Amino acid sequence: MMAALIFAVSVVTLLMFFVSYCRSLTAASSRYALSKEVRDVTGIHAFASGQDFTRVMQLLQLCPERPEDRLGLRAVAYYFEILNFLQKTVARLTPSVESWAEQERAGCANFAVVALDRRIAFSREVLAQQGEL
Amino acid sequence: MPGPLVLAIWYVGIVLEIAFVVCSIARKSFFRYIFLNAYFLLGLGSDAGRYFFLSKFGQGSDEYRYAYFYTDALLTLALYLALISLYSCVFGELRFNRYVRFGAVILLLGTALFSYAVVVQSEQRLATAFAYELSQNLYFVGLVLTYILWGAMLKLRETRTRVVQFVLSLGLYFSAYAACYALGNLSNYPVVQYLSGGIGCLLPLAWTVTMWRHAEESRLEPARLLAVAR
Repeated sequence: MMAALIFAVSVVTLLMFFVSYCRSLTAASSRYALSKEVRDVTGIHAFASGQDFTRVMQLLQLCPERPEDRLGLRAVAYYFEILNFLQKTVARLTPSVESWAEQERAGCANFAVVALDRRIAFSREVLAQQGEL
Repeated sequence: MPGPLVLAIWYVGIVLEIAFVVCSIARKSFFRYIFLNAYFLLGLGSDAGRYFFLSKFGQGSDEYRYAYFYTDALLTLALYLALISLYSCVFGELRFNRYVRFGAVILLLGTALFSYAVVVQSEQRLATAFAYELSQNLYFVGLVLTYILWGAMLKLRETRTRVVQFVLSLGLYFSAYAACYALGNLSNYPVVQYLSGGIGCLLPLAWTVTMWRHAEESRLEPARLLAVAR
């Protein structure tokens, strides 16, 4: 009985901490000013929308990986899936959840765009270093 | 000896623990987060101890199980210290910081004494199902404490990116472990054996990434942390 209660509470808090962790990741990239290169590549000029996420993730796969991005991107990708699930289920009944989920999806897409920007800058740095050699 | 996958996850965990300590030294934050670093250094010591028992007595031996769960309980207590240091960090500028420290010391001593009493009384049973239950309870207390801290941080509108992400990662870690142990107790299936390595890697990974990516001065907008549908 005690183990069942602990299990239930732990799963709920796990989900809550996961959502908050992902929100802290996306919040950290909200003030980032995008470079001209990434704006040209993605066609996103100020702030991404939820629909951009998949496309930006595909673009990310074309760039060399930065190890420090990996955990954040994976966590945000899972969070995005949860939001998609919410949009297809609960959000259909409650419009406030619908707009909130869309706002969150946009945050995820923005996080991915910022990661792409950093990867492009990283690739340029690596190329420049190779050129110097 | 465990399989190559389990050993590989274990080695990754060790590398990540070292990475956090190195990263905090490189970022000149070793002493600022001394208890977080001390936890990983203790973790490295316990890894060495576990490896010694594993290679000498084998995975199925009572000696190894005893060493595993005993070091696990000690590490959880060390993690409480790290959590208390985060409490101190959050409440540091408030007047009741002294009371927080006092409460934390009482709680730590209480938990240590309780755990010690339980271990002494059940020395023969520590390598059995009892050890699961003790770890489950310790992780659950950690989870409750982290949840209270997170609530206080939201109330106080904490903005420091590092502190926010340290606490959230810790909450994830405690929740995952408590759920894992509880599931093990419920189903009598050795879930912990398969999942603990992976979950154990998450905390040093998340903390290292936070330490590396965000400077001490980095700030978040507190309103963005509240997951409320408006």
